Amino acid sequence: MMNIGVLALQGDFAEHIVMLKKIGVEAREVRLPEHLDGLDGLIIPGGESTTIGKLAVHYNLMKPLQEFGKSHAIWGTCAGAIFLSKDANRDQPLLGLMDITVQRNAFGRQVDSFETDLVIDELLKATQTTHPYHAVFIRAPIIEAVSGNAKILSQLKDGRIVAALEGRLLATSFHPELTDDPRFHQYFLSLAQK
Amino acid sequence: MEAKTGTWTEKKGLAQMLKGGVIMDVVNAEQAKIAEEAGACAVMALERVPADIRADGGVARMSDPDMILKIMDAVTIPVMAKCRIGHFVEAQILESIGVDYIDESEVLTPADEEHHILKHNFKVPFVCGCRNIGEALRRIGEGAAMMRTKGEAGTGDVVEAVRHARSVLGSIRQLKTMGDEELMAFAKNNGAPYELVKETKALGRMPVVNFAAGGVATPADAALMMQLGVDGVFVGSGIFKSGDPAKRAAAIVKSVTHYQDASILAEVSKNLGEAMVGRNAAQMPEGERLAVRGW
Repeated sequence: MMNIGVLALQGDFAEHIVMLKKIGVEAREVRLPEHLDGLDGLIIPGGESTTIGKLAVHYNLMKPLQEFGKSHAIWGTCAGAIFLSKDANRDQPLLGLMDITVQRNAFGRQVDSFETDLVIDELLKATQTTHPYHAVFIRAPIIEAVSGNAKILSQLKDGRIVAALEGRLLATSFHPELTDDPRFHQYFLSLAQK
Repeated sequence: MEAKTGTWTEKKGLAQMLKGGVIMDVVNAEQAKIAEEAGACAVMALERVPADIRADGGVARMSDPDMILKIMDAVTIPVMAKCRIGHFVEAQILESIGVDYIDESEVLTPADEEHHILKHNFKVPFVCGCRNIGEALRRIGEGAAMMRTKGEAGTGDVVEAVRHARSVLGSIRQLKTMGDEELMAFAKNNGAPYELVKETKALGRMPVVNFAAGGVATPADAALMMQLGVDGVFVGSGIFKSGDPAKRAAAIVKSVTHYQDASILAEVSKNLGEAMVGRNAAQMPEGERLAVRGW
């Protein structure tokens, strides 16, 4: 059975674990470097990227996470996507694993947070489904630019990038863990299995 | 489909992003930056921390919007602000300046002694205080998207926070073992909306995120509340009324993440300087208690 870790420094890690267990995967919380041992993949949840970054630095997780990402699948949702990026347009701890530039709080404040449907070809192909994906954005970042081996997975109608893939590294601006739709988690498992 | 804002999922969702974190009271931009630097997941902007509201007496109202805006400019983390219980115009003002969460708070002087704000009327989400499951589910019924157990704000005494968390979480444990035919009587006895009683039983937890508040002053206090089963912690006077706010703030953030690891808790509890002086909540006259406000 697949064993997926969820970085549990701060944020909605419990929601990811519920979803992983629902689709039949072992899931465990990761707070210290030794908790990465034996995992097949890692999810970095939504939360506050500054809080998560500071705690990761203090508990010596930066290098172990960077090493883990070289040989395993990692998926960052919202704050997690920011943490995976190379550049967040401000000074805060980042893993720099993905060739993406992000802009935090790109849609404004909480009253501007929104839900919308996305058609994501790669996701539909991987899960052999046809219905759109309902995405929940909360004080969300956008992916301003992708470079190197990173590619765009999904854009809003106005062209703004909200999901990107680089090898087995996945970044989404939105929160699949807040929905009842398991397709994104299933898609991530397919990356972890590769 | 067109994008939708202000939905129930959006309101509850922001609170879910705050889980496992510490929300700190700050009275100016400088304190807000110290809080963010220490790893706070959000700040509560207010003119006076509860300990000072107690000391000053008089009527405590919503803070000056200009002061809240300066704090919003100073940090990238979410900013919350307080309005008085029932004062829906203060809430409209806070919504219009773009705060991320409104706390309809018993720490301010209530504007209505019978009714709370109908929070479903707003796009901005609300957090409210509770002492027991009935109060929590009434507030959620009115549209609160996040709860906090009240404790006794501005005391530095954790005893009331423990009492309220044990009451709420104990009732949920009780509810989980009840038969469906017992739920209406539970709703009646607790003054709780029946539909939310059913939902709480089905979920096995509060239907929205539930933090602890009111009297948390040390990393051990924060970890105690987490081990009791809350989702995160508000710290009001406990940080900026202490000897070394930056150090204490960072220590409390770490204690909430590593709440189950006593060796880390020991490490972060070292050399924090003076804790806030504190007031014994048990010896406080009834008239000075803030937690009894709310209906």
